[in-house]
Amino acid sequence: MRTFLLKRSLQLIPTLFVVAVIVFFITRMLPGNPAAVMLGPQASAEDIAAYAERLGLNDPIYQQFFDYLINLVKFDFGNSLSYNQPIVNLIMERFPNTVILAVSALLIAIIVGVPAGILAAKKQNTIIDYLVTTLSLVGVSMPIFWLGVMLVLAFSVNLGWLPSTGMGSLDNGLWAFIRHLILPSLALATIPTAQFARVIRSSMLETLSNDYIKAARSKGLKETFVIYKHALKNALTPLLTVIGLQFSNLLGGAVLTETIFSWPGMGLLIVNAIDKRDFVVVQGSVIFIAIIYVVINLIVDVLYKVVNPKVNLDGGSGGAN
Amino acid sequence: MSDQLLTVNNLSVAFQSGSITTKAVNGVSFSLNKQESIGIVGESGSGKSVTATSILRLIPRSFAKITSGEIIFQGRDLIKLSAGQMRKVRGNDISMIFQDPSTSLNPVFTVGNQLVETIRAHRKISKKAAKQRALELLDLVGIPAPDKRITMYPHEFSGGMRQRVMIAIALACDPQLLIADEPTTALDVTVQAQILNLMKDLQEQLGMAIIMITHDLGVVWETCEQVLVMYAGRIVESATVKELYQRPLHPYTWGLLDSQITESQDSDAPLSSIPGSPPDLSYEVTGCPFVERCPYAEAICHQETPPLQQLADGHAVACHFQTGSNTLERKEHAYREGTFTRS
Amino acid sequence: MVEVANELEQTRELQYAKARKEQAFTRKLLRNRFAALGLGIIFLLIVTAIFAPLIATHPPNQMDVTKSLLGPGSEGHLLGTDSYGRDTFSRIVYGSRISLIVGISAVLFGAFFGSMLGLISGYVGGRTDAIIMRIIDGMMAFPFILLAIVLMSVLGQGLVNVVIAIGVSNIPGFARVIRGQVLTIKESEYIEVTRSLGARHGRILFYHIVPNSMAPLIVYATMSVAGAIISEASLSFLGLGVQPPTASWGSMLQEGKDFLVLSPELATISGLAILITVLGINLFGDGLRDALDPKMKV
Ligand SMILES: Nc1ncnc2c1ncn2[C@@H]1O[C@H](COP(=O)(O)OP(=O)(O)OP(=O)(O)O)[C@@H](O)[C@H]1O
Ligand SMILES: [Mg+2]
Repeated sequence: MRTFLLKRSLQLIPTLFVVAVIVFFITRMLPGNPAAVMLGPQASAEDIAAYAERLGLNDPIYQQFFDYLINLVKFDFGNSLSYNQPIVNLIMERFPNTVILAVSALLIAIIVGVPAGILAAKKQNTIIDYLVTTLSLVGVSMPIFWLGVMLVLAFSVNLGWLPSTGMGSLDNGLWAFIRHLILPSLALATIPTAQFARVIRSSMLETLSNDYIKAARSKGLKETFVIYKHALKNALTPLLTVIGLQFSNLLGGAVLTETIFSWPGMGLLIVNAIDKRDFVVVQGSVIFIAIIYVVINLIVDVLYKVVNPKVNLDGGSGGAN
Repeated sequence: MSDQLLTVNNLSVAFQSGSITTKAVNGVSFSLNKQESIGIVGESGSGKSVTATSILRLIPRSFAKITSGEIIFQGRDLIKLSAGQMRKVRGNDISMIFQDPSTSLNPVFTVGNQLVETIRAHRKISKKAAKQRALELLDLVGIPAPDKRITMYPHEFSGGMRQRVMIAIALACDPQLLIADEPTTALDVTVQAQILNLMKDLQEQLGMAIIMITHDLGVVWETCEQVLVMYAGRIVESATVKELYQRPLHPYTWGLLDSQITESQDSDAPLSSIPGSPPDLSYEVTGCPFVERCPYAEAICHQETPPLQQLADGHAVACHFQTGSNTLERKEHAYREGTFTRS
Repeated sequence: MVEVANELEQTRELQYAKARKEQAFTRKLLRNRFAALGLGIIFLLIVTAIFAPLIATHPPNQMDVTKSLLGPGSEGHLLGTDSYGRDTFSRIVYGSRISLIVGISAVLFGAFFGSMLGLISGYVGGRTDAIIMRIIDGMMAFPFILLAIVLMSVLGQGLVNVVIAIGVSNIPGFARVIRGQVLTIKESEYIEVTRSLGARHGRILFYHIVPNSMAPLIVYATMSVAGAIISEASLSFLGLGVQPPTASWGSMLQEGKDFLVLSPELATISGLAILITVLGINLFGDGLRDALDPKMKV
């Protein structure tokens, strides 16, 4: 287990390096003098020259890249002009909010999607199955920014039950906090819920056709036991993969959801920074999200191993069964 | 009467897929005494597994149905039992082991876990006692160092060891009847013999009855007293093993015997197999189901389905020309490739 | 004589089997009522996009501030007007063009470059494979939409840039799918035989591997079109998509969002158009996968 962890962690290094390269060159692709772009049209020529010097834009490109890498390793993402503070501070302030949103959405997705998928598989070819299948297909096709707007229209504009923007402070009590969380997390949860239901349904159906399920029944085990012990644990492996994949979608979906609901997370930070042309913030936040995503995938890989003892120690994401 | 353990009467099973009905088992009847072993042989698709799994009512409920018949086990018709009552029979009175031990054990639970859950499904005993019993069982089936093995996962066992585990699970609650569906097919030849010997020993030791399903007449010869030959979902011949070897009657049985490798066989001699393939059971079969492949077929075989007729000494056969008054002359190499052409 | 007849019969049987297989595929696809529905929606979308000028009742960008935010059905505006007085129905009709163009071109872009990378990576193997896969992993570390957002913020608004941004974001997915296929096919026996017979790399690649990778590629591409349409709408919704005043469903939704109280239809209808389109494509994609190979892991 320890060697497995070490090996997988070492594999992250090239990936993160590539991430850094991609972001570095995308931001260098900016048309015109980056310093001029960042300072905006009102800046004077001297200001721009000084700023360019400070950013090291006059150094040779490899020198710039090298400095940039050193800073990254030191977790120094630079300073934001528009917010006038280190980007690390901005991230540390905003990221927890995104985590709250993403985790609530993930929980909703697991609590609703997984049982729905199990139920559909158990009642294959019945009306319940068709209902789950149809709803989940609509779910995965949902433009969530539209769903977000519709939720606002229904629950904030028309019914007036829930707030449409912002995040509630815990100082105002738990309910105020949750009230603000409901709509954005529902919107964000839609696609993963539908996806989980689909994946669990098909993997349960596949698992239920296995010999060991027949064998378990032949031993006289109760049907609930057969389904929830023998089938479910095997069906969970694909779910874990999808949870890992969906995390990427959650972080991406958060950008849209946060914009609609003015939820002060990383997504809103990035979108606002793009508006303000504050590219240092965009660059820092995007790299940070990529790091988080890669780390989550590592965790998923490890969980994989815990759930499925057959995955070999050094093979990484080797197939199940 | 008191000796009778299982009686299957006129069992028929059909699979439904869309508008297509496949009659996989068609009016199968046989009976089995306590401590007796009976073999079921036949080509792939002849309905052996379906017959066996129907006894435990393990055929997929959503698209398979027992369309007729009764399965009397210890005086009770299993078909009429409720789901709960049936569950108490499975693994307790009747156990089953399957062809491929690598897929019949759940890969994500330890062997001990799968043994203990079986014991505790039928016996109200503590986890500790169940584990003790599990250790005894592993020892019984010849698994060395059971206390170490019990915490291991199935993939850490060899094929033969896995089948031993399956046998241990099957024997966990001292069943009266063990159904073994091709228990050695997926194993190496040397391991096959070990497993068969183990099963024979255990049967003597524990005194249970066995239904042994196999392609291999040799296995039947080694382990069984009675044998049923199945073809196209029907029993076409039934006899004691000895009788079947000395005086096989059905042309299909002759074909099966010709296609077995015998020890005395000259390794250069071509192994014959029965040309053609069994009838599609999703169509109504008229006449003898074997007629298209039978070198001895005549007009009547196309028109009338021969019933299974009881001859002397408990030997029964379903053939128009093997009724006691009629007899067929068995031809040498009738099925050898090239010498037989379909009419 | 007999042999010739036999051979003929065999060939005929083979052809017959092949024809039956193809027939079975089409029948399976069409018998699947959901897939047929999906195909219908896609067909409708294509017809709308092509004949937009005939279907639309007004020029899509014609403003009339005196008639802003009209309700559906009033003054000849089927679905009402937006805040500039532009006809919503006509803009929805024209918006289908953007969705379709971006959906198809971005996927073609991603499929072309992604497949190239996947083919090279899987076929050459070794160090080349390792390097390409690290790059792909790196690209995959960005949430799809985020990569597109960052690219758009650098490239600037515009239809071509949207296609490029979404197309680039599509590359890693295609590369992975194709590489997986190539690895499986490469190991299969008949490729070994072909190779041992002295076939050249190009021949093996384009006569054996490429055709055999087609089925999963097509299914994956179909699903990706749905994703690309959503991405375009998302980018336009964030103001990073096509340039205004071009009608795009995403930008219409963004405008509609600000008039939820006065004119909720605006946001509702544009979003519904996206949902129905994407649903149609996914229905079709699901059916396609089931008909081709239900076990396909795409
Ligand atoms: N799950 C199923 N769905 C549909 N038809 C089935 C199913 N299982 C069995 N059948 C039908 O029942 C027939 C008999 O199958 P069965 O498995 O009993 O054969 P078998 O004699 O055990 O063959 P084998 O030696 O290959 O195990 C098959 O030909 C098939 O048509
Ligand atoms: Mg069988």
